Parts: sequence; structure tokens; C-alpha cells
Amino acid sequence: METITSKKTAKNNPEKLRISGAEAIIHCLLAEGVDLIYGYPGGAIMPVYDELYKFQDRLTHILTRHEQGATHAAQGYARVSGRVGVAIATSGPGATNLVTGLADAQIDSTPIVCITGQVPRHLLGSDAFQETDIIGISTPVTKWNYQVTKAEEIPDIIAKAFYIARSGRPGPVLIDITKNAQFDELDFHYEACKGVRSYQPVAKVSEEDLDAAAALINQAKKPYIVYGQGVILGKAEEELKQLVEKAGIPAAWTILGLSAMNTDHPLNVGMVGMHGNYGPNVLTNECDVLIAIGMRFDDRVTGSLDTYAKQAKIIHMEIDPAEVNKNVKADIALLGDAKETLSRLLPRIKKNSHEAWRNEFKLKYEEEFREVIEKDLHPTKEGLTMGEVVEEINLATKNKAVIVTDVGQHQMVACRYAKFDQTKSNITSGGLGTMGFALPAAIGAKMGAMEREVVAIIGDGGYQMTIQELATIYQNKLAIKIVVLNNDHLGMVRQWQELFFESRYASTVMTNPDFVKIAEGYHLRANRVSERKDLKKAVREMIASKEPYFLEVKVEKEDNVFPMIPSGASVSDIRLK
Amino acid sequence: MEKKWFTISVYSENNVGLLNRISGIFLKRHINIEGLNVSKSEIEHVSKFTIVVFTTEDWTRKIVAQIEKQIEVIKAFYHTDEEIIYQESALFKIASHLLFDERQIQNIIKESNSQIVTVSREFFVLAKTGRRHEIDEMHDQLEPYGILQFVRSGRIAVTKASMPITAMLNAYENQE
Ligand SMILES: Cc1ncc(C[n+]2csc(CCOP(=O)(O)OP(=O)(O)O)c2C)c(N)n1
Repeated sequence: METITSKKTAKNNPEKLRISGAEAIIHCLLAEGVDLIYGYPGGAIMPVYDELYKFQDRLTHILTRHEQGATHAAQGYARVSGRVGVAIATSGPGATNLVTGLADAQIDSTPIVCITGQVPRHLLGSDAFQETDIIGISTPVTKWNYQVTKAEEIPDIIAKAFYIARSGRPGPVLIDITKNAQFDELDFHYEACKGVRSYQPVAKVSEEDLDAAAALINQAKKPYIVYGQGVILGKAEEELKQLVEKAGIPAAWTILGLSAMNTDHPLNVGMVGMHGNYGPNVLTNECDVLIAIGMRFDDRVTGSLDTYAKQAKIIHMEIDPAEVNKNVKADIALLGDAKETLSRLLPRIKKNSHEAWRNEFKLKYEEEFREVIEKDLHPTKEGLTMGEVVEEINLATKNKAVIVTDVGQHQMVACRYAKFDQTKSNITSGGLGTMGFALPAAIGAKMGAMEREVVAIIGDGGYQMTIQELATIYQNKLAIKIVVLNNDHLGMVRQWQELFFESRYASTVMTNPDFVKIAEGYHLRANRVSERKDLKKAVREMIASKEPYFLEVKVEKEDNVFPMIPSGASVSDIRLK
Repeated sequence: MEKKWFTISVYSENNVGLLNRISGIFLKRHINIEGLNVSKSEIEHVSKFTIVVFTTEDWTRKIVAQIEKQIEVIKAFYHTDEEIIYQESALFKIASHLLFDERQIQNIIKESNSQIVTVSREFFVLAKTGRRHEIDEMHDQLEPYGILQFVRSGRIAVTKASMPITAMLNAYENQE
């Protein structure tokens, strides 16, 4: 059936090879340019592990300490490198442990391919040992999934998996392979997939729509750009910068758009959303043309839709047709790849500078600086703030690090204050908000960009969800810098309890272990800071280390992250305190 | 926004998992599927799902976009009742003696334009094809006499406008 539905190009490997399904899987991965995978072995995937042993000089397998870690590592790798991440696991519990990573990759459009072992075909549906319906379970959280029950299917299906994962709006694909298909032999022949007839990954933007969009932008008095991860996935960073500079349009990032544009660029005005910057949120409701590029108007970005940018004409550049007019109605939808759309739009755009309008962002920034930023970055109170730690990391890394964050207050603070001068440098779980993401994602991020400094900033809660990956870091000598901002609370939930549940701190106070001893137990260099006077030196020492390094910073226990749009409120009603 | 009946037509590749994928989209939005029919279509190897929902046009449009996004879906459309020709069919199983004891039943059979599919000593089976309300009417008329079994199919529909699926598939094949 696959030959009917998939187009193929002949590759330079016409001669047939008679090999096992398990070996074929390795050849497929190699043919796709994969040299690194993450995973965890078990009964139903053992034939593949046996082949991995034989091919270890060409294909590195990293044993994470939990399958969830393997998926997040694959995600971190994919996000930093722009390539497809790969994770493998056994059937049953191995497969179900992938679900969180799949869901995260699905909502954050991350290209990963997961391969799971499955009980032999003749046992399917019999509740055999470690049988689980991972196709059924993973359907809502995958871009595509497929169960292979015959060895001959392997090459075409894996080719299709990689094609689907990385094309169009990227996403996770899961291929479940029964054990008999791994053992059985096939005539191996690999052809990369070039297309699937029922799937059109990228639409083409019409000239008329580009003209209409350009006309709107050219006559706008207060145009405003909000850019998301689509810019990074579409490799459209340069085109975005050109548009911003040519038309003099202030631009703000969504949490996943961060790092697509230099954070120090004068027209890069800050972050939108619940804990974004003051001006970018408030002025959303004052712009006359809102140009949304590669973002999907998530509810954490828009707040109440009834009061979101109602005065503005909306231009929505988006690759996924299902995202257009889903949350915010677009006056002009430019359905396609961000790079192509922007480069065709640029010649139609008139030079402009919009000084007065840009000044409004400046004034709002000054207000936010006085009320919030100064206190975060240059506090005068005794306790350490998360903001000043992030600022020290900026200084020590000269804005060049990949920053991986977990979920909670520290994440919002990092996405507000971390500075970036390179794209693909902000790795965080945006759409799903997966605590436990950062430590394993940092493993993938480091391996996707070995030459770069990778700093994981994690809360004391989320850290303990995937803390076992310290062993993976040590075993593979990955010089990741791990910073735990310890407030002895599930800080973000505690903040909500304080603000909206009259400080009833239900199950958000944590009695924590000695994190330094734990890191040392995993053979890592470790340090702890609890006073301001020691912070700079400790951060510098950590960054200077050539080895993995753990730094615990004891921060103020009950600090809140501001500004904040209370959930369901309007972006105009953002609170500075 | 006003709720209405919408018929969603989905052209897709044959795939075991696809029904699950499609129904999951309705599940996520808590929309009840009022009718579902899967069959082959006018194109070889292409299946057609006909799904009936009662909801707003806005939601229907969003659901259709999310259905169409699934890899194996070739194209999905939605239509109002005015834009399609549609039918459902139903089977009624009724005790045979009623055919002779209750003269009114013979009138119902005649007036409803239904057919007797089979007759045995114990029971006979009536088949009725038509609009939902016609089947409902017939059901209401027969009910007082006792219906042993009743079943109604999902809606099947063809559109008044043409469906450009073959052209789409040809365009794909000729792309190179
Ligand atoms: C897996 C998971 N469970 C629960 C939550 C809900 N949640 C969001 S933030 C948060 C608190 C995080 O605390 P911590 O990791 O200490 O970070 P902090 O907010 O203190 O920086 C919780 C529980 C979540 N996002 N993910």
C-alpha cells in the first residue's frame, strides 16, 4: 500500500541486502543521517539493541535513566540542531513512558521519531506480557503513528516517519514494531520519502494576499509584530530581522519565539503573554496592524480573546491551516512557510521608522523597569532573586549560552531576562508546560551543539521529576551546567495560591534533600550559594568548568513573578504588582 | 452562534488507525457524533467518512481543519443539509402475526414506502430509506404494535456541488 501513497526517489543503493528487520531499522536511521539516539532497552526491542551493539561505531545510543528522559533529550537535540531527534523504547511500560515527551513535542512542534518494540504479531490483542496499545494511546499526541507487523514494511515506514516528522509543521511520529518484524528478514532497500499524497505540508501564498498584507503594513501607523517558533522552525530569522528593520516595526516574542532575534536588538521589545513584558502586552490593544508570524495565539499569549487586539487588523503568517482563525480571526492569512512568505513580502514593504509608536514601548518599558525589573535584577532586599541569577548567567556567558528551562517561576523569569544573540538557544516546554523537561532536554541540547555552553535553569520541584538523568550526564561526561533555583516551594503554584486562593498553600511547600550531596553522589562537581556576595564568583566558576557542574542557588522563598495577566483577564489588565 | 446540522465528508487513505484519530478530534471538543458511516468512495483505494454533527458552523470549520490536518486525510468538507442529498436507512423487525392481526400495519408499510425484506413464521423485517424524520415517523407509528428490533444507519450523503478529489490526486501524481 505504501508504494501507492508515497513518492520515492531512488538512492545510490540499488543492490538488495538480505537482513533482519532489526538491522534494517539501523540502516534506515543511518540513511536518514542519524548518528545519535536516546533510549532504554527491554524485551520487545532487544533485537534492535543487539544491532545497536554491532553498529556502535556509527550510531551512538545514549541510555537515559527513564524513557521520558529519552524523549525530552531527543526534543532538546532537535530544537538546538534543527534535525530530527530519535528515541527508542520497549513495549508496555517503556512505551507508555514516552507519552509525556510525545505530547510535549506535539504541542511544541518538535520533530522527533520514537520507535517502540511491540509483542510479536501473533500475540497482539491478547494482553500478552508487556503488551500495551501504544498506537491507541499515542494517537492524540502524535502527528502520525503506525504499527509495523512485517519486516518488509520497515524501510518505507521509517522513511515516511522522518519525512512527516520534519516537514510542514514538524511534530512527533511513533513507529511501533512487533518483535517478529524485528527478527524476520527482508530484502533491504531504502528510499527517502519525498511526499505523501494525502498530506500537503506547505501551502503556497498567493501574490494577491502578499500584496494585501504589504498594503496593510505600509499604511499602518502602529504596526506590531509578534513572532513565534515558526520563525525558528522555518529558518526565517534573517527575513524577520529585515522586515523589522526595514519597516521599523517593534517586535515581541512568544516564549517559543525567543532567541529568533537578538534580545538586544532595539526593535525587539520583549515577551508577550501571561508573564511577558508590560508594553508588549498592553500595546497589543493599541496597535493598528498586528502581524503574527509563526505563532498560534495560545491562550497564555492572548488572555481573554474577547478583548484581544480587537482594534487591529490581523495578518497571520502560519504554516498550519488548522491554526488560522482558530483563536483569533485573521484579516489576512498567509498560509505557508515563514521564510518564503517573508522573503516574498519584503520587496513590497516600504521603509519606515515609526518613531513615536516605538517610543510608546520605551515609555512602558521604563515603567516596568521601575516597578519590576530593577527590583528583580538589582535587588536591595536580603534574599536572592531568580532574576539576578539569570543576569549573572548572561554576564558570565556573554549571552552566548543555550538556556534550557523547566516549568514554573524560574522559567518565566529566565524567558524574561535571559539574553540571546543566537537563534535556537532557548529550549523550554512552552505548550505543555512539562515539569521535568529541562534536565533531559539539556542532555539533548548539549549533544546537538557540543561546542556551545548549555545552562539548565530548573526549579527545585521539576528538578526532582527527572533528577535521575544526572547519571546520564555523568556517564557521558556532558559538560552541562545545572542551576537549581531553590525556593523550597512549587513556586508558581504557590504564587497562584497566594494571589487567588488567599495564601492557602496546599501541598506546595517542600522539604528538600541536600541537592549538593545528591549531585556529588552522582559524581558531579557541586556548589551552593545562599548569599549575594558569593553569587558572581559561583556562577563564573560554574561556567568556567570544563565538566558538568551543579549549582544550587537558595533564592527568596516567597517571591512572585510579575508582570502577570491573571488567567482569563485581558492583556490590557496586566498587573505590575 | 446558532447550532445546526452539518455533514462532514472526509476522503482518506484506508488506514486502520484513522477512525480513532478522527473520533479523537470530536472527543477533545466534547462534540457528539450523531451519525457515522465509513465506506469506499468513488475513487479506488480512497475511503469516505460521512459524519453528522449538530453544532455551530465555527466549531465545524475548526474541526474540519483539524481533521484535514491528519496525515492520511486527503480532503475534508462540511455542508449544511441544503447543500447535500442525504439519506439514512432503518430496519424494523416485527412479529409476523401482527401483519394479519393489525390491518393498520399494512397501511403503514404502503404509505411509508418501505419494503418487506424478509418474512418468516415468527417475524418479518421492514427496510426504510429516507430522511431522519421520515424514519422517526414510521418508528412512532409502528411502536404501539411492538417492534422486536430497530436499527438505523448513519447518514450517507453526496453533495450537490462537485468534489475535486480526483483532480487533487492527479495533481499530486503529476507534481514531479
Ligand atoms: C508534570 C507537571 N506537573 C504539575 C505541573 C503544575 N505546575 C506548574 S508550575 C509548578 C511548580 C513548579 O515548581 P518548581 O519546579 O519548584 O519551580 P518554581 O515555580 O518554584 O520556579 C507546578 C506544580 C506541571 N506544570 N507539570
